[in-house]
Amino acid sequence: MDIFLQQLINGLVLGSVYALVALGYTMVYGILELINFAHGEITMMGAMVALAVIGALALAAPGLPGVLVLGAGLVVAIPVCMALGLLIERVAYRPLRHAPRLAPLITAIGVSIILQNIAMLIWGKQYIPFPDVLPQGRHEVLGAAITDVQIAILLLTMSIMLMLILVVQKTRLGRAMRATAQSRQVASLMGVDVNRVIASTFVIGSALAAVAGVMVSAYYGLAHYYMGFLLGLKAFSAAVLGGIGNLGGAMLGGLLLGLIESFGAGYIGDLTGGFLGSHYQDVFAFFVLIAVLVFRPSGLLGARVVERA
Amino acid sequence: MTGHTLRWVAVAVAALVAGCGDKPQQNGDNQVVLIGQVSPLTGPQAHLGKDNENGARLALDEINAAGLTLGGKKIVLELKSEDDAADPKTATTVATKLVDEGVAGVIGHLNSGSTIPASKIYSDNGIPQISPSATAVAYTASGFKTAYRVMTNDAQQGTVLGNYAVTQLGAKKIAIIDDRTAYGQGLADEVEKAAKAAGGEVVAREYTSDRSTDFMAILTSIKGKAPDLVFFGGMDPQAAPMIRQMKQLGLQAKFLGGDGAQTPKFIELAGADAEGALASNPGLPLDAMPGGSVFKTKFEAKYGKIQNYSPYAYDAMHVLIDAMKRADSSDPAKYLAELPKTDYPGVTGRIRFDAKGDITGGAVTLYQVKDGKWQTLETVQNAR
Repeated sequence: MDIFLQQLINGLVLGSVYALVALGYTMVYGILELINFAHGEITMMGAMVALAVIGALALAAPGLPGVLVLGAGLVVAIPVCMALGLLIERVAYRPLRHAPRLAPLITAIGVSIILQNIAMLIWGKQYIPFPDVLPQGRHEVLGAAITDVQIAILLLTMSIMLMLILVVQKTRLGRAMRATAQSRQVASLMGVDVNRVIASTFVIGSALAAVAGVMVSAYYGLAHYYMGFLLGLKAFSAAVLGGIGNLGGAMLGGLLLGLIESFGAGYIGDLTGGFLGSHYQDVFAFFVLIAVLVFRPSGLLGARVVERA
Repeated sequence: MTGHTLRWVAVAVAALVAGCGDKPQQNGDNQVVLIGQVSPLTGPQAHLGKDNENGARLALDEINAAGLTLGGKKIVLELKSEDDAADPKTATTVATKLVDEGVAGVIGHLNSGSTIPASKIYSDNGIPQISPSATAVAYTASGFKTAYRVMTNDAQQGTVLGNYAVTQLGAKKIAIIDDRTAYGQGLADEVEKAAKAAGGEVVAREYTSDRSTDFMAILTSIKGKAPDLVFFGGMDPQAAPMIRQMKQLGLQAKFLGGDGAQTPKFIELAGADAEGALASNPGLPLDAMPGGSVFKTKFEAKYGKIQNYSPYAYDAMHVLIDAMKRADSSDPAKYLAELPKTDYPGVTGRIRFDAKGDITGGAVTLYQVKDGKWQTLETVQNAR
């Protein structure tokens, strides 16, 4: 039982990070029908910038409390990533707005490679340790362990997702985003500044990515110029699983993928008597993805919700 | 031009080509014998490559200074040092170049990945090769008669680790994780075999990749089986987050790794959680080598700080020339037969080879993180 509960916690923490990154993919897809493959790299940039700030602070003012240092990292990383998102949209995607759909897709892959290489040039190829600025507290719940960092990740992602839903459903910007998602032409006829809405979507998505990047590197204790690639791929799969273009779908897909991976890796060896080991973890996750797409090509929540954001 | 003259030209060209590679160069009355040395002299491992080169050069200079006579002729050794950039493709190019230049033997390469493809070229041309630092089992497993090494291989290291875990660390239940690379999997398999042979029980065998940073799921599964020790076959970028996550989960087991984890980077990445972690490295720490302090004095007077493998490169050169002395010839075909009979008191220890060309009784040293540093625990001599 305690093992089951532990795997549940592992899966939820992993899944909520996937969900946060998946939201960025799904928001952009909902509005532009573009898969922004550079999104994973924005996550990485967020982690790297925050690390640089934290490293500088640790040198300049060693006595500061950890939460404050981390907060400072976030406060710098979020605007940097927002600006980066804005820049990428303006330079790489907007000129291709009316090009065939394949063109922006290839561009997205190009942007992703460029960002990776920039990060490699600035921070090098080495793994960078994340300093121990956070409280290392552990709590035992019914035999399962949960750390302060894990609790923080869960609370932070849940509140960010709630905030995002409120923004999309209740504000003028949210209404404009939903209108643009349904039809760009009609929205612009109704007086919606489509370019501004699309830019805002990139900015919001990049801010989420920055938070996710900082959380991931704080959780695992390291950052690396390549870390965005795999994370982006998993989050993209989560978005597709939940129904790409659908906000609730991205959250559900992320949590589900995290849980599948966790339980898959944890139990597959024992269930098959050692015939299949935990190296089939990813195979398992993608098998579920394919199975879902065979029966529901638009993803779990894809078709049911008309409104996309 | 008549057919007759053409034939003479052809013969002359053939003689010239043949003469290029094989004919030993003359240096006054002395005969020059070329010895190759290959290691990465550029790129991120350049410091290690240069270290190997310096080790080999130090031995070569000593032999030249003492004077070497083979088959009644005075011999001057000359080092041909080449850069393989730790790249398997470059390694084969460089190996071919050395063979064409007519080297009598090769010290190298540094990395297993480049040593293995190059060993085929040396074998095809009958050139003896001694690697100071390649540890992959596959290097000597190909059955090449020319492939030797003076460093403990991964299988020997795994055997020592598995045995040590059970007998010295008192682990009865062992969980084993590997990163599915040739190195990680190979090491983990040997640890599993040796641990079972020593009476230990392997309660879990889990897998990850060399890109992963999340091990919570497999560690939770392992925690359910309450092992005394977790062994990881892989490199430091995985080992460090793994030990952190063990602590987060409250998994009260010892952590043991191979040489991929026994690095300063591991401590840097794992921070305070690294404390108490155990890992091994083939060979001996310098201060425990029989000739360690003498070598250190000689080496540092000429080249500065020792990086890692230079004592092994130094011994490899001596072993090679020792075989030439016993054969009284620098002809590879003649002195190759003497290499298996090697019994040389090197600075790194007594060097003898088994039938495959691996060192017998090679040492493996265990280290533990104490006060944020790798401290030498003990050195285990391999029984095999």
